[in-house]
Amino acid sequence: MTSRLTLTINNRTQQHLVADGTLLVDFLRDQMGLTGTKQGCDGGECGACTVLVDGKPRLSCVTLAHSVAGQSVETIESVAENGRLSRLQAMFHERLGTQCGFCTPGMIMAAEGLLRANPNPDQAQIKTALSGNLCRCTGYVKIIESVEAATNHG
Amino acid sequence: MADTRPKSVIGTPTPLIDGVEKVRGSAKYTADLMPREALVGRILRSPYSHAELIAVDIDKALALPGVVAIVTGKDSPIPYGIIPIAQNEHPMAQDRLRYRGEPVAAVAAIDAATAEAALDLIELRVRELPACYDAMHSRAPDAAQLHENKPGNLEREVHNSFGDIDAGFKAADLVAEDVFHCAEVTHAHMEPHAALAEYDPERDTLLFHSVTQVPYYVHLMLAQCLDLDKSRIRVIKPFVGGGFGARTETLNFELICAILARKAGGTVRMVLSREETFLTHRGRPAADIKLKLGLTKAGKITAVKAEMTQIGGAYGGYGIVTILYAGALLNALYDIPAVQYDGYRVYTNTPPCGAMRGHGTVDMRHAFDTMLNRLARQLGLDPIAVRRANLIDAPGETPNGLKITSYGLPQNLDWVEAASNWKTRKGNMPKGHGLGIGCSHFVSGAAKPVQWTGQPDAVVNLKLDFDAGITILTGAADIGQGSSTIVAQVVAEVMGLDFSRLRVISNDSAITPRDMGSYSSRVTYMVGNATLQAAQKLKARLIAAAAKALETTPDNIECLGETYRVADSQDRGLPFEKVVQEALKDHGAITERGTFTVPKAFQGGKHRGGAVGSTMGFSYAAQVVEVSVDLETGGITVEKVWVSHDCGFAINPLAVEGQVQGAIWMGMGQAMMEETRFHEGLPLHANFLDYSFPTTLDSPDIAVHIVNSIDPNGPFGAKEASEGGLAGFLPALAEAVAEATGCAINDMPLSPDRVFAAIEKKRKADKKRAAKKVPV
Ligand code: FES
Ligand code: FES
Repeated sequence: MTSRLTLTINNRTQQHLVADGTLLVDFLRDQMGLTGTKQGCDGGECGACTVLVDGKPRLSCVTLAHSVAGQSVETIESVAENGRLSRLQAMFHERLGTQCGFCTPGMIMAAEGLLRANPNPDQAQIKTALSGNLCRCTGYVKIIESVEAATNHG
Repeated sequence: MADTRPKSVIGTPTPLIDGVEKVRGSAKYTADLMPREALVGRILRSPYSHAELIAVDIDKALALPGVVAIVTGKDSPIPYGIIPIAQNEHPMAQDRLRYRGEPVAAVAAIDAATAEAALDLIELRVRELPACYDAMHSRAPDAAQLHENKPGNLEREVHNSFGDIDAGFKAADLVAEDVFHCAEVTHAHMEPHAALAEYDPERDTLLFHSVTQVPYYVHLMLAQCLDLDKSRIRVIKPFVGGGFGARTETLNFELICAILARKAGGTVRMVLSREETFLTHRGRPAADIKLKLGLTKAGKITAVKAEMTQIGGAYGGYGIVTILYAGALLNALYDIPAVQYDGYRVYTNTPPCGAMRGHGTVDMRHAFDTMLNRLARQLGLDPIAVRRANLIDAPGETPNGLKITSYGLPQNLDWVEAASNWKTRKGNMPKGHGLGIGCSHFVSGAAKPVQWTGQPDAVVNLKLDFDAGITILTGAADIGQGSSTIVAQVVAEVMGLDFSRLRVISNDSAITPRDMGSYSSRVTYMVGNATLQAAQKLKARLIAAAAKALETTPDNIECLGETYRVADSQDRGLPFEKVVQEALKDHGAITERGTFTVPKAFQGGKHRGGAVGSTMGFSYAAQVVEVSVDLETGGITVEKVWVSHDCGFAINPLAVEGQVQGAIWMGMGQAMMEETRFHEGLPLHANFLDYSFPTTLDSPDIAVHIVNSIDPNGPFGAKEASEGGLAGFLPALAEAVAEATGCAINDMPLSPDRVFAAIEKKRKADKKRAAKKVPV
């Protein structure tokens, strides 16, 4: 069964016909072409698919697309401001918070969610907020540094 | 006259040249390529550990509406493999199934649901066979044999001896022998495997995108297994989400995807699940190690005798190289006069192992440095002092013919000793706390590639055209390590330009020169050198053009980045664009090429397999690990790591730090928790919960110090930085845990249950001893 889904994606409200069982990650990637959101595991284990739903981090691989009807979904593609890197993105770039880059969109969305809720997190809070996001390249050291540098006191 | 040369390009922390795409989410990885016409490819995998495959019945599946093509072993009769003399694997099983998860057939269908439904309709007729899952059973006289030409399930045995072993042990004041076991681990790169094959039946051509570290190998194996002329194939590597060695070899799904596309007469997109990515494996084999080590009272190593058995899985793969590496790199870290090595690579009914970061050397390094730490303690010597007693007199050559040209281990030791406050703290840590040290090294590129062609190891082309932009064409695969940034830095440095005039195109077989790709930490060294040569040639050409235009000789031309002028003149000179115009006159677009070839003298000893482990430059690392251990649970917390890495010269210190941190952390994962587990060949670990590795919460700060030993042959003195540090973590952790708990644990990983069991055992033993002392 396919039914109508109304939601806001990256600040644009829109309507689509979406099969009922479609996962949000598949809807975003396959149907909307928003391939910045990644899938790294078979469900709920790695954080690569993290997006914001009404401003809060959510794993899009274990979220049904229809379950976010009427809500606002933000993906990595919306983070840049007028095409320029946001401060958080710039810090990930400049401080090598990204190596292969595969975990990066999820990592940045998780960090973005944290910074909106708490613009001045300490290191422990950053580590906790990112603990569901796996990275295999960096050892996390420069990821943490990147987020710290993007805080108000960073 | 404005000197626009960037202050310094090399040696300056430089963000990745492709980093913007990564943080913006616009970087396209293989699975992000979704042509509308693409069919969905899915693989049917063996549910048996070991069985004779009598028939694969695909009729029912083919009849399912929406199924376009099905392929089986019959469509893939040609074997493949990384080592030309040891290719015993087929893209899909022929008449034998050898591990659970082995591809048997594949379906291309209009959508995923149809493809998956079709898999369920394929019927296998088999006769099950007894299976072997560990070395002991595999090597038993009555064991079922996996491959007809491999009696005793032995892929390869190695027996090497250098120096006088007996005299060495005789000269020792303390000789110890022990056994170690390291569990099998796997790469777990965050990007699941994926491939996109676009076959054009009209032209009989194949366009192929994949997640590979070595597009060239994929190209060769596609040609071989599809029996298709190499010129009809084009391989492109998009962004790749890590590799760590898993993607050095051509992998079965890549070949299957292409075979399927040809049968379907179109495009097939294949994205593997995380579970399938685990099953594809090629990780670090489980290893049993027997080690005997002799030391004098002063701590000088006199001899080592090592035996390793690697449990390699069902096919040859990289096995021969892995088992040789373990022995070869017993050498070249410390000065050891006598080394004996016996290696056994064994077949089992489990997914095939392969190359993983620190290829072949890691588990042996754990055993060796752990033993060295222990003997030091028994002799009442400081472990760092013991290492200082065994430094290599560099430059020099090891008994097995490896050349050492630059050697920063002494400086590494000095730094970690000071930074960790080792002298005052080691041996004085509070209960439950400990410090440990480990050292390690690795090659900067294997000196002799497994595919010998007589061609240079690396070729780089620089294209300069009317737009006055320089396009760097390289086949070096950037898989996140930052190799594209390194080549851009080298060009920028030589040309005196910043990145704005540069672009890097890497890995499109139609455009970029052949390269051996990203393995054995070869890129900075080999491709860096080729790039350096190409840039110097291009610059000479521009200087000549400027000289002609300014009516002087080339040696009179001064290059100030964007301006070329007569040296020391007040002349306004020629802007870069004008110089380029002059150079293009009567000629048109310029391509300058640089090449690099490792000279024969560096290709190792003359003995059989002597090329493995040989390189032009070894990197060196030392690290101190600080832990606290919960004595009630056996849980380890790594508080801090200090690591010093000699990478010759850090062309990009930011990337070197990141690579070293990543390597140390990966060593930490192996040392603390990682382990593949099977029940009778059935994987129990094929997800991130059961195969867990450290999260942000488990990960310590890793302080990195870079030693610039300036290698005489590396580009600007550079050597490798991505692998050398990993191995040293294991023995450093074991030593730190030994101090914290008083327990000597030989096996890896040091999971809480293993540590707890050791603590309990010691408690009981202590109690017994105490009871004996106080008779009731
Ligand atoms: S893809 Fe969603 S958690 Fe891994
Ligand atoms: S940067 Fe590669 S997984 Fe995080």
